[in-house]
Amino acid sequence: MRPVLLQGGWVVDPASEREELADVLLREGCVAAVGRGLGTPDDALVIDCRGKVVAPGLIDLHCHLRDPGLTEKETIATGTAAAAAGGFTTVCCMPNTDPVVDSGSVVETILRTAAREGSVRVLPIGAVTKGQAGRELAELADLAAAGAVAFSDDGRPVASAALLRHALEYSQLVQRPIIDHCEEPSLTVGAVAHEGPVATCLGLRGWPAAAETIAIARDLELAALTGGRLHIAHVSTAGGVALIREAKRRGLPVTAEVTPHHLTLTDEWLLGEGLHWPALGGEPLPRRAPYDPRTKVNPPLRGREDVAALIAALADGTIDAIATDHAPHTLTDKLCEYDQAAFGISGLETALAAVLALVRSGALSLRRVIAAFTIGPRQVLGEGARAASPGRLAPGDPADVVVFDPDASWVVDPHAFRSKGQNTPLAGVRLQGRVTHTFVAGRGVYGE
Amino acid sequence: MSRTAPWSDQLLPLGGPRRHLLDLDDCSREEITQFLDTAVAMREILRRPVPKAPALTGKTVVNVFLEDSTRTRVSFEIAAKRLNADVINLSGSGSSVTKGESLINTVRTLEAVGADLIVLRHPSAGAPYLAATHLRGSVINAGDGWHAHPTQALLDLLTIRDTFGRLEGLRVTIVGDILHSRVARSNLWGLTRMGAEVTVCGPPTLLPPAWPAGLAGCLRVTFNLEEALSGADVVMALRLQRERMAAGRLPSLREYSRLYQINDARLARAAPQVLVLHPGPMNEGVEIAPTTAHGARSAIEDQVTNGVAVRMAVLYLLAGAPADTPLRPPAAEAVRP
Repeated sequence: MRPVLLQGGWVVDPASEREELADVLLREGCVAAVGRGLGTPDDALVIDCRGKVVAPGLIDLHCHLRDPGLTEKETIATGTAAAAAGGFTTVCCMPNTDPVVDSGSVVETILRTAAREGSVRVLPIGAVTKGQAGRELAELADLAAAGAVAFSDDGRPVASAALLRHALEYSQLVQRPIIDHCEEPSLTVGAVAHEGPVATCLGLRGWPAAAETIAIARDLELAALTGGRLHIAHVSTAGGVALIREAKRRGLPVTAEVTPHHLTLTDEWLLGEGLHWPALGGEPLPRRAPYDPRTKVNPPLRGREDVAALIAALADGTIDAIATDHAPHTLTDKLCEYDQAAFGISGLETALAAVLALVRSGALSLRRVIAAFTIGPRQVLGEGARAASPGRLAPGDPADVVVFDPDASWVVDPHAFRSKGQNTPLAGVRLQGRVTHTFVAGRGVYGE
Repeated sequence: MSRTAPWSDQLLPLGGPRRHLLDLDDCSREEITQFLDTAVAMREILRRPVPKAPALTGKTVVNVFLEDSTRTRVSFEIAAKRLNADVINLSGSGSSVTKGESLINTVRTLEAVGADLIVLRHPSAGAPYLAATHLRGSVINAGDGWHAHPTQALLDLLTIRDTFGRLEGLRVTIVGDILHSRVARSNLWGLTRMGAEVTVCGPPTLLPPAWPAGLAGCLRVTFNLEEALSGADVVMALRLQRERMAAGRLPSLREYSRLYQINDARLARAAPQVLVLHPGPMNEGVEIAPTTAHGARSAIEDQVTNGVAVRMAVLYLLAGAPADTPLRPPAAEAVRP
């Protein structure tokens, strides 16, 4: 492997509080040095990073690789290729596959496939309950021993408070977080859009914010009761972050993540036509018909107050990490009536650029954003972070690095995605910020 | 519109003639007036000994009704036939929809077979928009889930205008299951656009929890029927669906009827010349008393007759009008949150 010199870039490494022009030398799979005016080893590949940002490779706590069993939507090969194109060097994949990842053998299958075909590090998340059916605990110790870094029934909540209590208690045996998809199911039967004025106008069954806040409140109580490690998946409501902030203030070891789409889009996108979206750069958006199923996601896109609260919560640390909830679907599953369409957004390849829009608008600092993609996820994983990207640029650490051009302007073309999932509401939208190189253990896994 | 691009982002060319009628929320005052005036002309045709006009000769209209319907379906069929169109009727059962054929493939197939205009009733809100973005021809929304029923609203507006000579300044009260009502929604957009004041009334569990801020000046929401009926010029009763009990929203039809039935005693609080409307079909004795439904204040049968004329007008203006018919004044602002 040739050494790689990333020369002249703006290095942002929140772990070391570094934000400056510097070179980064990668040698034998590790970060060899970070500093100004590093000499060029003879056989090094020199990459001119002037005008670009050099940061630790991003870590995605939450994505759906659909492999095994749902490979028409995505495979580990295509999903990790998409991750690499998005600047991610580690992805944590959710267990709602077929079969569900509820035993060590399925974890092993995923790890073997990833070793053979994956472009980036893949850390499997195991199910909380057998078959994710919400009735019996899965073999959490078996899952952890095989390599699961956390447990989740994502796609669904753990509906029974008693079962979640036991899961939070039991998970302490293996020191892995329980990631809950917070939704009170009796309030969201048949719901497809945020309950609010937009759903009223469009005649769509609403998903009230209370369904999330009730579930978060319940989960926080159970976390306090048991001492277990709780992580709240894809928080989407102002009420939700208020509860998490208060719980953290009281010293509860809870963590939370937010998706790029919940940080940048609202339910107004369901109305279509005539959208003007300053947060994404100010250019008028491509004209859309209302009811575009690419806006359908769970939890749904919400209102402006929710978006503002989520941004503030990320800024003040209430939210620890940005996680994509990458949910690829086939065209057939998405291109149909809104009620029938599958929930989910294919987000790995637009995540960074979408959130950078908030940096440009001044809502978030670049350092906070990079931290939320790197050290934040590592802190959430805790013990499970051993196999993840280091989330920092420290000499001796594996060289998982991303280089991106924060000013490069590009139009989102889902046909050019490496993901099989072309389902993004950002199709045709001009974004600023583009990954140019991604390295895992010093080897280029994506590069222009 | 490229056939290879599955996601069609273009719904309408800007500023061009109207190709679809999907809801009233993007219709200007002028357009709504044009629909109503054209319906009046169509009514004249309906009164002739031979109630036909050749305006849609050579055009093919396909009624795709994926939800049960009597009046709307028959009304559209008669309307298209009165204008001499070739009419095909498709319902869910008996079509390949039962084999799992998608809506897009269904409507594209119909267009390939020669449909110029598709009238679509569908249980899912937004389905007509999906169809419209994948067709070269026209789509008329005959009712999509809870969302819209624009031709119903137009016939209601016509019936009201016939009685009062205007819509501006009238007080219209809609009573019933507002939450699940496409009739309520389309009437709300149409009536407020034409300057009427609207009150919606129903049990708290059947009212939408949130309304767009832009309606604050012209919409009143209440669950108190006495208040809602007070001074009303028009009272529109909506059908109550029995499924609402199963969903835990209402304890019984009896309780609903005791609190919300439109009957002559309650109408004493309304304006003296109050007009009573109902989109049909009626649950007589539940949301409306039989004597009121068939009484002097009721225009329910006129609604049905007007429905044919309105649908003739819509078909004509979308598919039969000469190319220079100014149907869409450029700056049509939608009523939005």
